[in-house]
Amino acid sequence: MNLPSTALVSTRSLGKSFGASPVLQGIDLDLYPGEVVALLGANGAGKSTLVKVLAGSHGHDAGELWVQGRAVRFTSPHEARRAGIVAVHQHAEEALVPGFSVAENLVLDELCQPGGTLWSNPKRVQERAAQIAADLELRLPLQASIDSLGSAERQLVVLARTLALQPKVLVLDEPTASLSASEAERLFGLIDSLRERGVAIVYISHRLSDLARIADRAIVLRDGRLAGEFPAPLDVPAALVAMLGSSLAPLVEGAAEQGAEVLRGRGVQLTARSQPFDFSLHQGEVVALTGLLGAGKTEIAEVLFGLRRPHAGTLDLDGQPWQPTSPRAAIAGGVFMAAEDRSRDSLVPGFSLARTLTLPFMQRFSRGGFIRRDAERAAVAEQVQHLGIKCEGLEVAMDTLSGGNQQKVVLGRWLLGNGRLLILDEPFQGVDIRARREIGARIRASAGQRATLVICSDPDEALEIADRILVVRDFSVVAGYPRPGLKRDDLVAQIAGITAPSLTTQRQGVACA
Amino acid sequence: MPESISSNPPATWLRLAIHYGLLLVLALVVVLFAVLEPAFLRVGNLFIILQSVSIVALLALGVTLTMAVGGLDLSIGAVAAMSLMCASYVMVVLGWGPLPAVLISLGCGALVGLLNGFLIVRMGVPDILATLGSMFLVIGLQLIPTGGRSIAVGMTLPNGDEAIGSFSSAFLALGRARLWDTVPVPVVVMAVIAVLVWAFLERTRFGRVLYAIGGNERAARLAGAPVQRYKFLAYVLSAVLASLGGLLLAARLGRGDVSSGNGLVLDALGAALIGFAVLGARKPNAFGTLVGALLVATLLNGLTMLNAPYYAQDFVKGTVLVLALMFTFGLAPKSR
Repeated sequence: MNLPSTALVSTRSLGKSFGASPVLQGIDLDLYPGEVVALLGANGAGKSTLVKVLAGSHGHDAGELWVQGRAVRFTSPHEARRAGIVAVHQHAEEALVPGFSVAENLVLDELCQPGGTLWSNPKRVQERAAQIAADLELRLPLQASIDSLGSAERQLVVLARTLALQPKVLVLDEPTASLSASEAERLFGLIDSLRERGVAIVYISHRLSDLARIADRAIVLRDGRLAGEFPAPLDVPAALVAMLGSSLAPLVEGAAEQGAEVLRGRGVQLTARSQPFDFSLHQGEVVALTGLLGAGKTEIAEVLFGLRRPHAGTLDLDGQPWQPTSPRAAIAGGVFMAAEDRSRDSLVPGFSLARTLTLPFMQRFSRGGFIRRDAERAAVAEQVQHLGIKCEGLEVAMDTLSGGNQQKVVLGRWLLGNGRLLILDEPFQGVDIRARREIGARIRASAGQRATLVICSDPDEALEIADRILVVRDFSVVAGYPRPGLKRDDLVAQIAGITAPSLTTQRQGVACA
Repeated sequence: MPESISSNPPATWLRLAIHYGLLLVLALVVVLFAVLEPAFLRVGNLFIILQSVSIVALLALGVTLTMAVGGLDLSIGAVAAMSLMCASYVMVVLGWGPLPAVLISLGCGALVGLLNGFLIVRMGVPDILATLGSMFLVIGLQLIPTGGRSIAVGMTLPNGDEAIGSFSSAFLALGRARLWDTVPVPVVVMAVIAVLVWAFLERTRFGRVLYAIGGNERAARLAGAPVQRYKFLAYVLSAVLASLGGLLLAARLGRGDVSSGNGLVLDALGAALIGFAVLGARKPNAFGTLVGALLVATLLNGLTMLNAPYYAQDFVKGTVLVLALMFTFGLAPKSR
C-alpha cells in the first residue's frame, strides 16, 4: 500500500453500502495537516455518508481507512473522536441543551466525560468556558441562557465546544447555513487560525462563494464516487460540471410583467426605534428581500403573515386594509408563508409527503369534514409532478426525502392555494444547487397570478431568483433595485451598509420602482 | 436518498412481527385460553370480556384524542367517578328522572374538559400537571355534596331525612340490559363510540389537524390551524367520554359508590399506550386503543378462569404495557 507519510487521514477504495445499494465506492482520499478540503456534491452524492464514515457514525464496509498510519474501522463517534476526528453536523442546534447557560453548553463534553469530578462547580465551569471562548477570541455572554442566543451565536458555541476537544481533523457540514455574510466571515477567520495550527478541515457547503473563499482544494463526489479534484483558486463552473454532470442553464432572465399592486405598506415601522419605510409588491413579480442575519427580514414577513403587529404604519392588500391577527387569518385572506426553518416550522414528524403537502388546505379536500382521499391524492400527485419531487410514492415519510425534495413539498403546499401573496423565507436553505434551480424555476413559473416575496440572506440567491431586490438593514427596507443591470458588488455594499459610489441610495419609497 | 436509508433495515419477518405483533399476541392468548379452558370461548364469556372492557375503553378512547394533540388527560378517572356520583345524586337525592341525570353528568364532564383546556391552553400549564390538578380537584369535589358517603337508594341524608328518589329501570338498563338477550348495552355503546372516534381521527380533516398539532404544534399553527380551539375540543371530548363511562358504571352498579372510579385512569392510559404498538402505528389511534383494552381484558378474564389470583392482575397489565412500549419505541424501524 502506497500511503503518503505526512497524511493525517488516508482512504483507499473506501466503500459503504446500505442494504444492496452502494452509497460510496472506491474513495481514495488524503487529508494533510493545515489544509481546508472542500467536499462538493449534489444531495445524495454521498457527502454525508463519507463524513459519517470519517467521524465514526458509520463503519465502512469496503476498502481501508488509515489514520496517522494506522488502519482503523470506527464503530462509534467516540472512537473517531479519540483518534482526533470530530464532525460538526448540519443541525448544530441538536448538540445544545436548552435551559443550560452558554458556559455550561461550552463545557458539556467535559461535564459528560466519564471519570470527571463528582461535584459540579459553577465557578470552574465559568473559568473553563471563559478559557475556551478566549482561545478562539469569541465574545459570548457566558452567563446567559443558551435560549437567548441567535442561531449564529449558537452555531459558534457548538463549534467552540468541538474545538475545545482539539481535533486533528475537523469536519464542518454546512456551517454557514444559518450565518449571515459577516458572521460567516468570522467563522472563516476561525478556520484560518485552525489551519495555521495544523488542523485538517473537511468543509461541506452549498455556498460556492464560501468554498472559493476558504478551500485549499475541492473534492467532488457524484453518485458515491470521486468525480474530480480541483486546486485553489476554485474553478467554480468546472466544479459544478463535475458535481452535476452537466452545466446548468441560468434561470430565465428578463423582466417579468409587473401586474397590479397586491400589497402596499406605508410608513411601516417594525419597532419603536427603527425607521419607517414604504414598499409595494406587484402581481406577477418575484421580489427578493435580502439583508444580513438579524436585519429584520423575517420580522417583515411575520407582520405580513399575522405573527407580529407593526409598531406603526398601514398595510393594504388589494386596496383593503391588511391587519391579519393570526396565520389562520392571513391564509384566509390569501397571504401564505413558508417559514424559515423547515423542520421546526413546516414539517410534522410522522406525517407523510401527502399529509404534509395538503395540511393547510384540508378544507378543500374534504366534504362535511370527511377527507376526500381521491381528490387529495390527485392534487398531491400533480404537485409532485410539477415540482419534480423524487419519491417512492405519495405516502413516504418526509424524513426519507432529501433536503431539496422536502423544500419542494413545502413550496408545493402553498402552490395548492390561490394566494395573493406568497412569502418564502429562505427557500434555498440546505438545498443543493440543482434542487435550488428547480425550486427557483417553479417559483418563477407559478408567479403569474400572485405577488411573491422571497427572503434570502445570500445575495447570489437573490440575484438568481428575483425581478426586484429589496435590501433590509436595521429593521427597515433601505433600498430597492430592479434586477436587470444590478451589479453584485453594489448589492453587497448596500447589504453591508457601505454606500457604494455607483449607487444613489434612497431611504424612502424606493421600492415602488 | 441513500443517506437517509436506515443503516440496518430490519429483516422482513421482524417488520411483520412488529406490525402485527400485538394482534398476534391477542390471537395466541385466545387460542391458549381456549385450549386450557374450553368454557373460555363460550359466547357468554366473550361478551363478559367485552362488557368488562367497555367502560375502560370509553375512557381510553377519550385519552387517545388528547394524546393525538400531543397532550394527556389524567383526570378521566376522576371525571368518570364524578359523573357516577352526579347521576346518582340527581336521581336518588333530588329525585329527578334519568334524562336530566344523564345530561347534567355529561355537562359537568364537559365543564371539567373546559377547565382542563383553560389551564393548558390559556394558562400554559403543562398537560400532565394541569390534569393532575383537576383530577385532585374533581375527586375532592364529588365528595362534598354527600359528605363523603356513597349514594344508595333509601340512604339517610345529612339532615336526617331519607333519600326520596331511586334509579329508574330505564337508567339501569344502560348498564345491565342486553340486546337480543346477548349483547350488553355498554358493549354497543363502546363499539359505536370506537367507530366514531376512529372515523373522526382517521377520516376527517379535524382528526388530521389534531395529529398535526400533536406532531408539531408550531407547524400546524403556521399552516393555519386554530390550535387552541382544537386543544379545547380534544379535552372536552375526552372528559365527555369519561362522563359517559361513569354513567355506564353507575347504571351497572345501581349505586353511587365513591371508590368505584379509582383505577380506571391507569387502565385507560395503559390501553391507549398499548395501542401505539398495534399495526406499527407509533401514535395514539382508536383501533389500537380498542385492541389494547381488549388484550388486557382477555388476559385477565382467561387468567381468572384458570384461577390465577386477583392480586396478580396489575402485574399482568403492567407486563403487557411495558412489552408494548418496547415494541413501539425500541424495536420499530427508525426512520433515520
